[in-house]
Amino acid sequence: MSPMARTAPVPAATDPAIIRNFCIIAHIDHGKSTLADRMLQSTGVVQARDMKAQYLDRMDIERERGITIKSQAVRMPWEVDGVSYALNMIDTPGHVDFTYEVSRSLAACEGAILLVDAAQGIEAQTLANLYLAMENNLTIIPVLNKIDLPAAQPEKYAAELASLIGGDPEDVLRVSGKTGVGVEALLDKIVRDLPAPEGDPNAPARAMIFDSVYDTYRGVVTYVRVVDGMLHPRERIQMMSTRASHELLEIGVSSPEPTPSKGLGVGEVGYLITGVKDVRQSKVGDTVTNLAKPAAQSLPGYADAKPMVFSGLYPLDGADYPVLRDALEKLMLNDAALVYEPETSAALGFGFRVGFLGLLHLEITRERLEREYNLDLISTAPNVEYEVTLEDKKVVRVTNPSEYPTGKIAEVREPMVSATILAPNEFVGAIMELCQSRRGVMGGMDYLSEDRVEIRYRLPLAEIVFDFFDILKSKTRGYGSLDWKADGEQVADLVKVDIMLQGEQVDAFSAITHRDKAYSYGVMMTGKLRELIPRQQFEVPIQAAIGSRIIARESIRAIRKDVLAKCYGGDISRKRKLLEKQKEGKKRMKMVGTVEVPQEAFIAALTTDESKDKAKKK
Amino acid sequence: MPSVLPLGDPAPSDGLLPAQAADGAAVRAFGLYVHIPFCAVRCGYCDFNTYTATELGGGASQDAYARTAVSEVALAATVLARSGVPDRKLGTVFFGGGTPTLLPADDLAMILRAAIGQWGIEDGAEVTTEANPDSVTRESLAVLKDAGFTRVSFGMQSAVPHVLKVLDRTHTPSRVPQVVQWAREAGLAVSLDLIYGTPGESLADWRHSLETALSYQPDHISAYALIVEEGTKLAAQMRRGEVPGIDDDDHADKYELADELITEAGLGWYEVSNWARTPEQACRHNLAYWRGDDWWGIGPGAHSHVGGVRWWNVKHPSAYANRLSQGLSPAAGRETLDAETRTLERVMLEARLQSGLEVSTLSPGGRHEVAGLIADGLVDPPAAFRGRLVLTLKGRLLADAVVRRILPD
Repeated sequence: MSPMARTAPVPAATDPAIIRNFCIIAHIDHGKSTLADRMLQSTGVVQARDMKAQYLDRMDIERERGITIKSQAVRMPWEVDGVSYALNMIDTPGHVDFTYEVSRSLAACEGAILLVDAAQGIEAQTLANLYLAMENNLTIIPVLNKIDLPAAQPEKYAAELASLIGGDPEDVLRVSGKTGVGVEALLDKIVRDLPAPEGDPNAPARAMIFDSVYDTYRGVVTYVRVVDGMLHPRERIQMMSTRASHELLEIGVSSPEPTPSKGLGVGEVGYLITGVKDVRQSKVGDTVTNLAKPAAQSLPGYADAKPMVFSGLYPLDGADYPVLRDALEKLMLNDAALVYEPETSAALGFGFRVGFLGLLHLEITRERLEREYNLDLISTAPNVEYEVTLEDKKVVRVTNPSEYPTGKIAEVREPMVSATILAPNEFVGAIMELCQSRRGVMGGMDYLSEDRVEIRYRLPLAEIVFDFFDILKSKTRGYGSLDWKADGEQVADLVKVDIMLQGEQVDAFSAITHRDKAYSYGVMMTGKLRELIPRQQFEVPIQAAIGSRIIARESIRAIRKDVLAKCYGGDISRKRKLLEKQKEGKKRMKMVGTVEVPQEAFIAALTTDESKDKAKKK
Repeated sequence: MPSVLPLGDPAPSDGLLPAQAADGAAVRAFGLYVHIPFCAVRCGYCDFNTYTATELGGGASQDAYARTAVSEVALAATVLARSGVPDRKLGTVFFGGGTPTLLPADDLAMILRAAIGQWGIEDGAEVTTEANPDSVTRESLAVLKDAGFTRVSFGMQSAVPHVLKVLDRTHTPSRVPQVVQWAREAGLAVSLDLIYGTPGESLADWRHSLETALSYQPDHISAYALIVEEGTKLAAQMRRGEVPGIDDDDHADKYELADELITEAGLGWYEVSNWARTPEQACRHNLAYWRGDDWWGIGPGAHSHVGGVRWWNVKHPSAYANRLSQGLSPAAGRETLDAETRTLERVMLEARLQSGLEVSTLSPGGRHEVAGLIADGLVDPPAAFRGRLVLTLKGRLLADAVVRRILPD
């Protein structure tokens, strides 16, 4: 066993030969943060008494959900055979929506720890990230975690990992982040197995941004991996994608608190502060160079974050619109992937159409808005971006069903994804049934081990954004996992279904669906609304229509009685208070024409039954 | 009177009223409500503040109750005088409960005489007691008449045995014509109280109850939709699915039938749930509630109103008797209404009356709604042209919705 390093290598003066850059690829819940915590402790950068559980996950929501949204990098000293090494652990986001950020984190490393729960085996997102790491030629160290659990099956999953990356099951390390068993051996293995970074110390500086975080006090903190040359404090740097230049106010490493250094050299990982206030000025994937001595070529792999899923966000109380606007502005500072523009809904009032990387990104953003800014929000059903070509060849991009063109349509294209699903083989039939009902086309199927399969489908994105994952989970009793990535577009027979109350179209309930599913959507939504909208003083017809053709109808009978029979001396105060409460309630009604629709109806109508159950469980 | 007291400000122990109570009191009518908190049995639907005979002792016991009530009459006179409210004769008196006639007629007479002795009574004043058909006799009714009672309101509720059973009413239907006859002989005006919408009651059952009640030719009928209050036995039975729930459409059908049959029989509606043979036979005491007049409520849990101050007594008869025995006001809480709230109450209450609500009481926004209410068939057009908002039959069934529309947001 190696002792803690007696002297730590000094940043800006560290030979690349003693640097090891690695990340941990793991699924949510497989114990990445706990293992990271244990490494911080074993290397002595955090004392046991200072240990906050899951030190690296700073945001409350991250800690509660047990997932890491924003990655960071920590420099840890570790001594092997009398040589003190600098280990940079780059934390990676663990969810499907943040694939691009993961790919940049991987690009900053020479190696990756493939961390898998010894009781659960590998999951689809982990597998996807593993493939990504292998494409980047990273050296993989397979590790089984939670070997202390009674349900652990280390032999079975060691064999699975060995077959995935090639090698011997005996080489798979077994650790417990909880008890600390095997952690020091893992640190040793990182030093021994991972290659040292390579780069040209004399070339113009090039550093890749793999993360960018907004801090209220410091502005944007940018995390970089230096590839060539060296960055120094106070010099002017340039972002190669935008040509924007900034003064480097501070440069340093996290261990784990930010510690300023005299610079960062080849292979080093650290942070930069330039005083910019918006993460968009410091984009993940971009290359930082020296303004006075710029590099000729930026590092490969840069791409702009592209929103895939759109939803309307509306404040429950119209008076909160400015609060929502300010809140989105602030969130944007820290989230380069978030895009939004104001929109108006006849039913919901003033709000924003917001673009997200995926559903989790939507959920997290919504939750942060509600929690950190004390907002009550209605979010409309998520949808994707369609490309609609009219007969006059005009092309319209639609992110909101209410903007769907009414003219003659020649063609509609929808975004596609390639999805990978991992599950025990007993669920193959159920998964195929689900994917086929979602217009999926099977791409292939492989056995990962005796009883676990990898199934690949090409699916329309629109079919997986709403409730696909919830249904997949329930059909596979929780064992199924999903990963997806964008995979072009396809022409599809899509129609817009409108919902009308008393002949008045309610934009919030419009949906773009495949023609075969329009009828069932219409029946479902009209039925739901009949239950959710209270009886009014007149009969309210509810209709679903494609254009002018009605495909489903329901009706809410007129209310006939709304009077308290008795109102004598002792009832008056009580009755008045009830009336005041009812009038307050009326303010929370949205008027659709002359129909009063409670806010709750909008929320309930736009929620799937599965996600409602989930909300109840919370 | 519902047993749940509203939330309000604490009332002072001397019961003194804020200054606004006296404003304009000289021109307002003054009435007395006397709550008798006793019943022989508690009915399954009832959430009123009432107790069965053996539950209470001391000054709260049935034997001592009349003297306790009389002591509040004396306190009331003192409080009003010290609050600067001028002396006024009683225009109406109403004994409710509970079952007032569970007390000996002499006790009721004693309380009434004490009140008349304190304030005096106007010529032609209306003095009513509620009564259970089981708990009056030819003799007791005569005693009441002699003491100054002018009117009796019988809790008939239904003429159908299975409906009475669900309501836990103990009287046999045939008792009703008997007691009506005795009341007439004593020279008392007669009102019958009916309840519709009881679980298990068919439309035919309800028609039978109405026709039976009307065959006794009452001077006045009150017909209330059954309200299932939280905390009652009936609410629990409903929750457990032992009896069917309330159906508003069924209530609407039955209200329409009631209005049709009662009107055919020659009575006219003057409030959502009340019909009288002639305008003079409308219950003036209840009208006083709806018109914002002053009244003092005697008894545990009783509510009072004087000049925009509403208060209510402690609920439990023992606590009530205790306070009075120490010379303290039994008031538990009160609220002092501002002008805006008083207008809101006025709209809420007067809209229920056949005499209607002066349209000029409404805010400009409320007045603007009137045309729409006429168009929706909820408000009577000729009355509206005369400047009064009077509900149609359909409007009466939707009175609360109408009020929400005409009140400012």
